Amino acid sequence: MNSDVIDFASVAPAYPELLMAVGALVLVILGVAINKEKSALISWLAVLLIAATGILALSNTADGVLFNGVFIADAFGRYMKLLVLGGAALSLILAMPNSEANGVHKFEYSILAVLATLGMMIMVSANDLMSLYIGLELQSLALYVMAAIKRDDKRASEAGLKYFVLGALSSGMLLYGASLVYGFTGHTNLTEIVGAIAMEGRSIGLVFGMVFLLAGVAFKISAVPFHMWTPDVYEGAPTPVTAFFAMAPKVAAMSLMIRLVMDTFQPISHDWQQVVIFLSIASMVLAAFAAIGQKSIKRLIAYSSIGHVGFALVGLSSGTQVGVEGVAIYMAIYVTMTAGLFACILSLRTEEGYVENIEDLAGAAQTRPFVAAIMAILMFSLIGMPPLAGFFAKWHVFLAAIEANLYVLSVIGVLASAVSAYYYLRVVKTMYFDEPKSTFIAVPNELNIILAISAFLVVTYYFSVGSVLTNWAHIAAGSLF
Amino acid sequence: MTFENSILSIVTFLPLLGAALVLVTPKTALNAIRWTALVTTLVTLAISLWIWAAFDPSNPGFQFVVNYPWLGDSIGYRVGVDGISVLFVVLSALLMPFCILASWEAIDKRVKEYMLVFLILEVLMIGVFTTLDLAMFYVFFEGTLLPMFLIIGIWGGKRRIQASYKFFFYTFIGSVLMLLAIMAMYWNAGTTDISRLLTHQFPESMQIWLWLAFFASLAVKMPMWPFHRWLPEAHVEAPTAGSVILAAILLKLGGYGFLRFSLPMFPDASAQLSNFVFVLSVAAIIITSLVALVQTDIKKLIAYSSVAHMGFVTMGIFAGNALGIQGAMFQMISHGLVSGALFLSVGVIYDRMHTRDITAYGGLVERMPRYAFAFMVFTMANVGLPGTSGFVGEFLTMLGVFQVNTWVAFGAAFGVIFSAGYALWLYRRVVFGALTKESLKSILDLSLREKIILYPLIVMIIVFGFYPSPILDTTAASVNNLVSHYTTSIGLDPAVSLADARAPLEYAAPTGEAAPAAEHAAEPAAH
Repeated sequence: MNSDVIDFASVAPAYPELLMAVGALVLVILGVAINKEKSALISWLAVLLIAATGILALSNTADGVLFNGVFIADAFGRYMKLLVLGGAALSLILAMPNSEANGVHKFEYSILAVLATLGMMIMVSANDLMSLYIGLELQSLALYVMAAIKRDDKRASEAGLKYFVLGALSSGMLLYGASLVYGFTGHTNLTEIVGAIAMEGRSIGLVFGMVFLLAGVAFKISAVPFHMWTPDVYEGAPTPVTAFFAMAPKVAAMSLMIRLVMDTFQPISHDWQQVVIFLSIASMVLAAFAAIGQKSIKRLIAYSSIGHVGFALVGLSSGTQVGVEGVAIYMAIYVTMTAGLFACILSLRTEEGYVENIEDLAGAAQTRPFVAAIMAILMFSLIGMPPLAGFFAKWHVFLAAIEANLYVLSVIGVLASAVSAYYYLRVVKTMYFDEPKSTFIAVPNELNIILAISAFLVVTYYFSVGSVLTNWAHIAAGSLF
Repeated sequence: MTFENSILSIVTFLPLLGAALVLVTPKTALNAIRWTALVTTLVTLAISLWIWAAFDPSNPGFQFVVNYPWLGDSIGYRVGVDGISVLFVVLSALLMPFCILASWEAIDKRVKEYMLVFLILEVLMIGVFTTLDLAMFYVFFEGTLLPMFLIIGIWGGKRRIQASYKFFFYTFIGSVLMLLAIMAMYWNAGTTDISRLLTHQFPESMQIWLWLAFFASLAVKMPMWPFHRWLPEAHVEAPTAGSVILAAILLKLGGYGFLRFSLPMFPDASAQLSNFVFVLSVAAIIITSLVALVQTDIKKLIAYSSVAHMGFVTMGIFAGNALGIQGAMFQMISHGLVSGALFLSVGVIYDRMHTRDITAYGGLVERMPRYAFAFMVFTMANVGLPGTSGFVGEFLTMLGVFQVNTWVAFGAAFGVIFSAGYALWLYRRVVFGALTKESLKSILDLSLREKIILYPLIVMIIVFGFYPSPILDTTAASVNNLVSHYTTSIGLDPAVSLADARAPLEYAAPTGEAAPAAEHAAEPAAH
């Protein structure tokens, strides 16, 4: 066993995580050592670190199980890690302009983001209930602080506290579930748990444990009925932090969920399918109706993200390789759209500050045509309108559900997406059909670049990235089966 | 990829190039934007005409085919046209320059966005007809919603927001069910290649569900009574060019879908449910014609008459014989020209008076003789007067359906009478009578631009009325192929049913026996 630790080459599959961990520590030292005014430098270094880790993860083809089986590196993990890293880097870039106004100008912010990302990478690669929990908590603790990073702001503090209390509750549920699973199978290693379930069969205690575990993860992806925190935290936290919450952690938790149900609880697929189908339907339907009455853009996005988790879970409920492929594609497109969406929100700023209510967007198409056009494109894409990327995301997940003969789920899903079109269209309507009310301040370059990239990918998905992404997702999903 | 192969991709995506050019043109260079859009649409038209010329009408299969797998296993890049789709490509390309011209002065705010959206709409419309991939069909079919929603919502009339929402949701909710059906078809047949799906046999129990799911989408698009409620509002509120596109092309997507999918892919379900379609079609023809009679808004009246005319199309399609389907095809093309022309004519007077209220007009013939003549031709074509293209389609569909169900033909005949009623009455109230209204006394006749728009349409409507064979010949082989496939699938002997179809034709044109059936039916009809 000792040789594992000594021989550096043998931990090759974990290089990206190691780089990230070391990098985070270096950043802490740098941050303390250099002047606090220069937090932009730390932010860029953090983005660079994440990018380097991404390149390393992309080029690192070493697969395998490490550290006494608690860590697994496979194609699926690599795909999800790239998404996590992409989401994290994008949200750090989003946080740079006007960081002072958002309260995210302190250098600790970037470092916390890097640590949270490290936690997510461990979650993605977890192959043991213990490493799973460690990853999850590393992520969560960093996120709690990030939510409340704007210390003097009441709403941000409230958001942070709410997130902490509910997050702690969910961690408790997850731990309880883990202990039940351990109690009824005698293992904490995910691979061995599969074996034990296959040998001993299903027991009621195991099902309980599984449900608690899934409930804990459902908190993190904010699936209904564990979504209560999402609108409040999204609204209260500074917008760049919300952007961070909306992207990387969702991907990480979703990949954790996929690994748990497709790998560990594969032998009792009938039991978890019920849970996932329920989460999926509840999320899609509740989000579609609850978002209609929202006035605040960030609350709208919160409900929209709840709905999208529901759609992604449609693919997962099929329990097939096509389904996992669908979820993988869905999450990639979701991250792209969300990045663009938050760039839009951060771009629309008046003299008084950021736009908070949908009504304030009135006539943005005339005063800020570029941002408004991209926001409209993203709204249509979020509805799932072809030929935009959002349609292809939905195509893949519903394709899997139809293959698995989940017709009722599919019909409910597409009808929920029709209902959800109403509130997305309201944003388009406000920007395009109404007359302008306020003037907006010029858009910083970083945001313009993210806007352009996101819109380009969403519009040209079929021609540009679609084919490559589908292939990658296919390989990633294949590694789980 | 040879030139032959890439021509369909070129015609589909060429307007995108124009859109890119418009995008980089400065917002204030209005004329540059308009000319770019016009030239793009004209070049697209030229290419589409070239395709029609190069198209081999004796080949019932798909031509200019390209077939690649693309996104994973399920979605490919597949294009090709057959006799049924090639004419729609030409029709879409044909009407676009008219739309751009009609918007030349009528649209004065946000011209750049307007032209951009129209060019994108053209890509999507042509794409619907050229794609041979089921999933991509849905992409284009549904994609047309997006620009249309914006066209109605941004450049529409007073109640544009409600109209655009209604338009969006009616079509969207129907379509998502079709999406699920498309997925189910993929899993059953293992491909989304339309040319392979056409020969795939779906289990009978499945066909009913698939048929209903497609019906949910296509019947709304068509629109069939009672799913037509979105249409009058959308037509009325849309700007002139938007109404033209809606009536002339977007409604045809429904009919095209029935011909491309419902009939050949779900023949058993189509046969079982054909009576259901007949009932709805006749209801549409009679009820919406009556509703059209009481309209006070010119555009609304024409919109309701569109629903009635689409009733003939669905009726003809589900008659399931060569006559009915040829008639439905012809009716769709003709209605595309006629309704487009009617909306353009309404646009002419709307641009002058800014009202669509029938009572605001009267006696136009005194000040606008040329306009009165053009409007008369279009009205007569809408009524279905022999000698105009409107007659051929109605006559053929009635003939086709008469063989299947006499009562349906009997009911549909009322539509012909009513249409004469509402259309002529409209014409009398708008054009004839004394010119008493002060506001109309200084109204001007057609400008050069308007002449360029309306005169070619007059020519086409009359030419196709007297000489319909360019259209009927193009569709004949594919339609016969479709009919024999359909009749074999539902267990009728194709020879018997073709003989059935030919019987009245021989009566009408005793000399023709081997030539395509429907063409001969049309000739005596036209003269």
